[in-house]
Amino acid sequence: MAERSAFLRAFGKHWLRPLVLLALVLPFVWIAAQWALLLTGQSHGLGFEPVAATHHFLGQTAIRIFLISLAITPFRDLTQWAPIMRVRRRVGLAAFWYALLHLLAYFGADLFFSLPKLWEDVLERTYITFGMAAFALLIPLAVTSFDGMIKRLGPMRWRRLHQLVYIIGPLAVTHHFFAEKGLQPGPLVHMGILAILLGYRLWRFVDARRQRAGAAV
Amino acid sequence: MLIRNKPAWELTEADVTPEHLYLNRRKIMAAVGALGTAAFTGACSAQDDAPASAGRSGANADGSLNYAQTDYRVTDGELTAEDAVTGYNNFYEFGTGKSDPARYADAMTTDPWSIEVTGHAGRTGTFSLEDVIDFGALEERIYRLRCVEAWSMVIPWIGVPLASVLNAFEPTSQARYVAFETYLNREEMRGTRFPVLDWPYREGLRIDEAMNPLAFLAVGLYGNRLPNQNGAPVRLVVPWKYGFKSIKSISRISFVENEPPTSWKQSAPREYGFYSNVNPNHDHPRWSQASERVIGAGPFIRRDTEMFNGYGDAVADLYAGMDLSENY
Repeated sequence: MAERSAFLRAFGKHWLRPLVLLALVLPFVWIAAQWALLLTGQSHGLGFEPVAATHHFLGQTAIRIFLISLAITPFRDLTQWAPIMRVRRRVGLAAFWYALLHLLAYFGADLFFSLPKLWEDVLERTYITFGMAAFALLIPLAVTSFDGMIKRLGPMRWRRLHQLVYIIGPLAVTHHFFAEKGLQPGPLVHMGILAILLGYRLWRFVDARRQRAGAAV
Repeated sequence: MLIRNKPAWELTEADVTPEHLYLNRRKIMAAVGALGTAAFTGACSAQDDAPASAGRSGANADGSLNYAQTDYRVTDGELTAEDAVTGYNNFYEFGTGKSDPARYADAMTTDPWSIEVTGHAGRTGTFSLEDVIDFGALEERIYRLRCVEAWSMVIPWIGVPLASVLNAFEPTSQARYVAFETYLNREEMRGTRFPVLDWPYREGLRIDEAMNPLAFLAVGLYGNRLPNQNGAPVRLVVPWKYGFKSIKSISRISFVENEPPTSWKQSAPREYGFYSNVNPNHDHPRWSQASERVIGAGPFIRRDTEMFNGYGDAVADLYAGMDLSENY
């Protein structure tokens, strides 16, 4: 038992962060490799509509990594394995990078970097309104994801600011839901997972208040 | 000054099929044998006198079909490669991924096949595929297929004019619309276990649209029987409308008096209308319809979408006096 916890402690200290970083970079390596194959005329894994496949892949990756970042705290609570918290910011930041790539791919390949067209889409197309709102709210979280910023803001204000994820999550899965034709299972699965992760926090919040109220009596 | 607008499918000297496609055709014919007579008569039917029962549904033993060439062809674009036509499909009954139909549609039983005909017609009842389609009268039509998702393909279909099939059922004057239904078998069609749409898939046409010479019932493509993922054994092809109107694997035809319910309109009436004519000026609420990605032409190649998908000369009269922004 002691041996096992020693191993876990060492793993958390030395291996967890680099391994998570590697896992987070893999989707990017994959899509970059597919485009390299495509552009050099070789067989690739992007199908007959590479641009649409890229939008899908980057968007889905962003949402999934985002959901993983929301699952880290409940995972810690469940397993009592504290070192996992060391990668939470890194995972959240990766969700931002994939969302940025997703936006750039659409902005470049679909709109040919036309800002007026982007603005038109944001105003006229509901699913893009949701997607852009989610991305816009990710920006302040991304720029405050460094140690210096946490110090400058103070942990309380930093935590307050980063509670924006509770708004970003619903915006992002709604964006996905409206982007698909018909009632498709994919976005619904994401919505379900998000509901569980947010529901857990609501439960914790209510539970903590009740306990505090009990202690006060 | 007389300005004569040629129908898009009319050929000129400059529109001759590119040589590599022509050579492709020769390969298909050579595979069936009897190249000489076919070249002489200008027809593609390589085995005119072979018994139609050699394969299933009038197909030859190897699945190839005997058919005549027509002047219905796309002159401003190359054929989409066969692996794209048969590998990139929307057939949600087998899953919503583009490669799901190619992966899972084999589970569908297409032989034997029956089609139920109901409603305002002289002949109704249940018919076999061979009763409905005259496999001795097959012809090839090369049409552009414009998907509502803003992509397009150019596909060599083989089949018969829809009007010839419908007229054989002797529709009455009360038959103002014709409704179609896709086969439904939850065991064979894994995508129908989830209510992506209200199954079975339904489509419909106004009777004058259905009787238009462009409307086509396909039983094959690229010289062979339809693969299941493309809507075997028989599907509609209405090239001036978005692809989802071209209902696949038809198991029911009804002659009805009022506009029949159609699946995508039921699912999202703000996004999909009954007519769904290709219209670059009427955007889908979620994306522009002004241009389309050309499947197989390279990731960034787009072409401007044409009104009625370029078939306006043949079909615009059907909608004279109608507001096509209202009746999208």
